[in-house]
Amino acid sequence: MQNRNPHFFLILSIFITIPFWVAVACGDKKSEDKPAAQQPGSDPTKPGTPEAPATLKVAASLTGAGATFPFPLYSKWADAYGKEKGLKLNYQAIGSGGGVAQIKKKTVDFGASDEPMKPADLEKEGLFQFPMAIGGVVPVTNVEGIADGALKLSPAVLCGIYLGDIKKWDHEEIKKLNEGLTLPAKDIAVVYRSDGSGTTWIFTDYLSRVCPAWKDKVGAGKSVQWPVGMGGKGNPGVAAYVKQTAGAIGYVEFAYALQNQLPAVQLQNKDGQFVKPAIESFMAAAKNADWDNAPGFFMVLNDQPGAETWPIAGATFILIHRAQADAAKTRAIFGFFDWCYRSGAALAKELHYVPMPENVIDLVQKRWASEITADGKPIVWK
Amino acid sequence: MTFRRLADLWKAQTSFRKSSAFHRNADRAFHLLILACAVSTLLLVGAILWNLIEHAWPSITKFGLGFVTSTQWNPVKSQYGAASSIYGTLVSTAIALILALPISVAIALFLTSYAPPWLAKIVGTCVELLAAIPSIIYGMWGLFVFAPYMQKTVQPMLAKLPGPLFDGAPLGVGMLTAGIILALMILPFLTAVMRDVFAMTPPVLLESAAGMGSTSWEVTRKIAIPYGLRGLIGATFLGLGRAIGETMAVTFVIGNSHRISTSLFAPGNTIASTLANEFNEADSPLLEAALIELGLILFVITLIIQILAHLWLRNLQKRQAR
Repeated sequence: MQNRNPHFFLILSIFITIPFWVAVACGDKKSEDKPAAQQPGSDPTKPGTPEAPATLKVAASLTGAGATFPFPLYSKWADAYGKEKGLKLNYQAIGSGGGVAQIKKKTVDFGASDEPMKPADLEKEGLFQFPMAIGGVVPVTNVEGIADGALKLSPAVLCGIYLGDIKKWDHEEIKKLNEGLTLPAKDIAVVYRSDGSGTTWIFTDYLSRVCPAWKDKVGAGKSVQWPVGMGGKGNPGVAAYVKQTAGAIGYVEFAYALQNQLPAVQLQNKDGQFVKPAIESFMAAAKNADWDNAPGFFMVLNDQPGAETWPIAGATFILIHRAQADAAKTRAIFGFFDWCYRSGAALAKELHYVPMPENVIDLVQKRWASEITADGKPIVWK
Repeated sequence: MTFRRLADLWKAQTSFRKSSAFHRNADRAFHLLILACAVSTLLLVGAILWNLIEHAWPSITKFGLGFVTSTQWNPVKSQYGAASSIYGTLVSTAIALILALPISVAIALFLTSYAPPWLAKIVGTCVELLAAIPSIIYGMWGLFVFAPYMQKTVQPMLAKLPGPLFDGAPLGVGMLTAGIILALMILPFLTAVMRDVFAMTPPVLLESAAGMGSTSWEVTRKIAIPYGLRGLIGATFLGLGRAIGETMAVTFVIGNSHRISTSLFAPGNTIASTLANEFNEADSPLLEAALIELGLILFVITLIIQILAHLWLRNLQKRQAR
């Protein structure tokens, strides 16, 4: 005991931390790629053909970040796809701008945004954008005695409420549209998104189109200077505020309105008809969209014509880099989104999102093949 | 063998072997090490300040001093101003302190002077547990439980009071609710520190005062509080520092609107809540610079408060020494 090694405690602590070192070393081994099916019919010795080794590596996990608008849909898809193919998808609903910022910084594998990027910006950042689904933004209310789909609002009235001109629920303009309803003499508590959001972009873009006063005073953007009201963080935040505050009106993506059982309103569309938000009215909004002639798939679906059309709709987009760093990751991305397009339509409809039509899917996948490369070579993934 | 015995043996065999020169050098090395740590703290603060100024520069040059007085926050037209955020930060912190300070002093006094030891231990542990609750839990509780209660019960009662402070429609969320949630958050922290301050009052002082015939209240007021005043003020400034930077709890319940209103029922925003809401989505460089300038302003406010605290404490020291 008298002659114990003076470095006794140092050596002891190193021994104690050995399990940690082992875990680190093993962790690196585990993240090796899973081999996928063999690619038939391609000759790896011919120059110019994409490399097709005996097994195609597909990454086992993906990370994505972006809009809260499609978050319910992406999580359901990720869950189902994960059960089928074992892919771990981590999607952070930090908002459209966050998604764009993160994909620009290459900290995630794909970004998601409700506001489509303009073709010029896509070029500059080397990004590729494609639409995944179409959803509707729905004004929801919390007024005593008004049930889901009972209240009728026109674009002018909605503008007036959000501009602060219409302050009470029993205002003449609202009464005129709703002869049969008893409206209380309560103050309107306007709720908007406090964080920068693609949902806000869709909503304010709609208001700017139908209301010159809104366009002048406020304008459209992911974040605007709201004349009145209070802000909730994220679609869940707005839903919570509206649910909790008597006399509130807010705007949320349709899935959140359903999940939180918030009464939605009927809006008057371009054709003058009052429509209820439902997957049929969102589909009507998407019907006239001309995807073939949209560079970078830039498309806004607000205020579309049609008797059944819901006036506030938008597509939600995925952003990936044109020049991919890792073919395995790209295969995982393509595999996942291809599954979402072709096998995920039923799940999308369950959540009241409109799945993309066949012709658009084919268009998107043609562009995948022609525009996305990994290490300078086009990617073989099927 | 117990760890204690091992440690003693370790010390015995190492120190027995080393000369006094070794001890002198070891002392010097230790001195240098802790000096390096202290200097690195200074360097860190300096580096953060430099970084903030550098990134906020586009906004500083564009808006100048008008940034501090403007209530605009218009990302579409790229006009930004910090006035509503600064106002919200100061008002919500003030409400929190006004509510939390008397209650925490009372609880601390109860725990040290009036409570039986078994009760003091239980309450003391509960207070420490409260202090450990994450702030986002306070925020969510505030949004889902407290805000409806405020809207249905408390705010209609307060609305009956005259004056501009309680005007406007009761929304449940707003400056007052945010202030109350902040008060709940800093209360356990303040109580814990104040309890420790009061516990350090020499018992002989308290007993001699009681021996001369003072009542409990007189002992507390004339002996315990003046003795611990410096510690109390220090604790207050610590709590203030925590409240001023509180982000998630406030973001949930303050209503997030960029307007200054005299009514406490109105929604507002604080610097921290604006940063939490908008930083992620800041797609224009000017918005990012404006947000970082907000952070810089918060840094400066905290610095000013620290300096005031030091000056006040030094002043007190001088007065007490007389």
